[in-house]
Amino acid sequence: MVTVRTKEMGVHLGRHAAVRGVTLDMPPGQLVGIIGPNGAGKSSLIRAMLGLVRLSAGSVAINGRDVAALSRQEIARHIAYLPQGQTLHWPLAVERLVALGRLPHLGPLSRLTPADEALVDAALARADVLHLKGRIATELSGGERARVLLARALAVGAPALIADEPLASLDPGHQIDVMELLSAEARSGALVVTVLHDLGMAARYCDRLILMDRGEAVADGPPMQVLTRANLARVYGIDAWIGEEAGRPVILPLSRV
Amino acid sequence: MSARHRHPLLMPLLLLLLVLAACGSVTLGAVPISPERMLAVMMGGGDDVARAILIDLRLPRMLLGLLVGGMLGLSGAALQGYLRNPLAEPSVLGASNAAALGAVCAMYFGLAQMHLLALPLLAILAGMIAIGGLFLLAGPSESPLTLILAGIAIATLAGAGISLSLNLSPNPFAAMEIMSWLMGSLENRSYAHVLTALPCVLVGAALLIADGRTLDALTLGEDGAQALGVDLKWARLRLMLGVAIGVGGAVAVSGSIGFVGLIVPHLIRPLTDRSPSAILLPSMLGGAALLTFADIGVRLIPTTSELKLGVLTAMLGVPVFLVYLMRERRLW
Repeated sequence: MVTVRTKEMGVHLGRHAAVRGVTLDMPPGQLVGIIGPNGAGKSSLIRAMLGLVRLSAGSVAINGRDVAALSRQEIARHIAYLPQGQTLHWPLAVERLVALGRLPHLGPLSRLTPADEALVDAALARADVLHLKGRIATELSGGERARVLLARALAVGAPALIADEPLASLDPGHQIDVMELLSAEARSGALVVTVLHDLGMAARYCDRLILMDRGEAVADGPPMQVLTRANLARVYGIDAWIGEEAGRPVILPLSRV
Repeated sequence: MSARHRHPLLMPLLLLLLVLAACGSVTLGAVPISPERMLAVMMGGGDDVARAILIDLRLPRMLLGLLVGGMLGLSGAALQGYLRNPLAEPSVLGASNAAALGAVCAMYFGLAQMHLLALPLLAILAGMIAIGGLFLLAGPSESPLTLILAGIAIATLAGAGISLSLNLSPNPFAAMEIMSWLMGSLENRSYAHVLTALPCVLVGAALLIADGRTLDALTLGEDGAQALGVDLKWARLRLMLGVAIGVGGAVAVSGSIGFVGLIVPHLIRPLTDRSPSAILLPSMLGGAALLTFADIGVRLIPTTSELKLGVLTAMLGVPVFLVYLMRERRLW
């Protein structure tokens, strides 16, 4: 179980204040969507939660312990991270790539055990890419590669998962698959935090949405409360049709305001 | 798992090549020595001439070939992995140029004649100063780009210093001596040279060889690697120290020998799963074998004066670039 808390957190990228005074409490078992326009500070927020950027103000704590005081390996065992984009610098086979997810659990000289290999296979199966075993990851289609990278994050087996735009380059079917999977992770007790651009998916699957605007968290709550016409007009500068389907909002962006 | 990292025959093949290179290096040379005389020397007897050639000339030369080649191959593999650039080679951090400058200074100021080890020790010292400069210039960032830029700055400065020494050299013979050393050679080296290079190579290799997993994690980029528990600041420190100490020590005894660190990882990579960790040790063995073979080559290729090792390895490097170019252009 992992709880992440931020308190009056600020991040500067150079002179630009990317995140300002964000206070959040993220308990286990939630699927939290972070939404907001480009440059709103979504990625900086989650990178700060992982201790990947230095804070200019405030603090981040994982299970009550300050991130700055935790070793990289301790953070890695608590939170799996799926970075934005599909950076792959070497043409590794799919299973080798996914096996990198076991690194936080290995000692300096130990090798992958059969148990690790089984977890790798399980992660491949959950991301629906078991059939890609043996293929070279850099030669896959964008959608296949995105799911292989998700499997890599799942292979960590951490009690929390932070995913930066996991739906980019996926077709609608696979977008639903990935959101179902993230949702199932949260149901099983994991804390799942994901940056999303697709407001429809965010509304349909997330338990809670955090709306970022110019570095600040301007709204935080259930999708129905966050995805209001006023909020969308103010933050995204759009007019949207908002309907309801099975108690959840359905969003259709219509025009610029 | 490890069985799938590399072709099962890769390591046996490399070890075989290494043994062949080592045997060849001791048995082949300008002066032919009959197998009976060699055997006598190996048994502890033999005539004085054969003893001198085999034990005092060829054996240290063979050992240096293995040490220098192994260090260059390993550094190349580690740097290519860390910088995620298949064209990286040991000189990219500037340590080898700085070491060469140290050696050139020893020659220029006449220190090299005063003591056998003045040149290699000054070269190692210059390599160490270069690491200090690298730390100052590159700063604590995780980005490989700052490291490359700092390395280029240091290499350029050292290169300018070398050119200056040639420019100001008092007579053509002094300039020729420097030029000739810069081309790289293992000729006329002694056990003192072996003992100078050995600790540097051991320390350098120890720092580099353990970082395979870090290099693998970097496949996912810096954020990806750090989120897998890799502390990039320490990894970078180990890499910089390992390359600078190891390559500095190697250059100090052999002169500038390019392309081994560049070619060997490329020759090894197709026989592995292409993960950076899988090529580290094989590149070390391959580099040792390749340089030792090249050193046999310079002895056997008939030229008026002995061919320099750096010249031969540079010639070997060209086809590798051509193959890469052809693959990029999809001609092959």
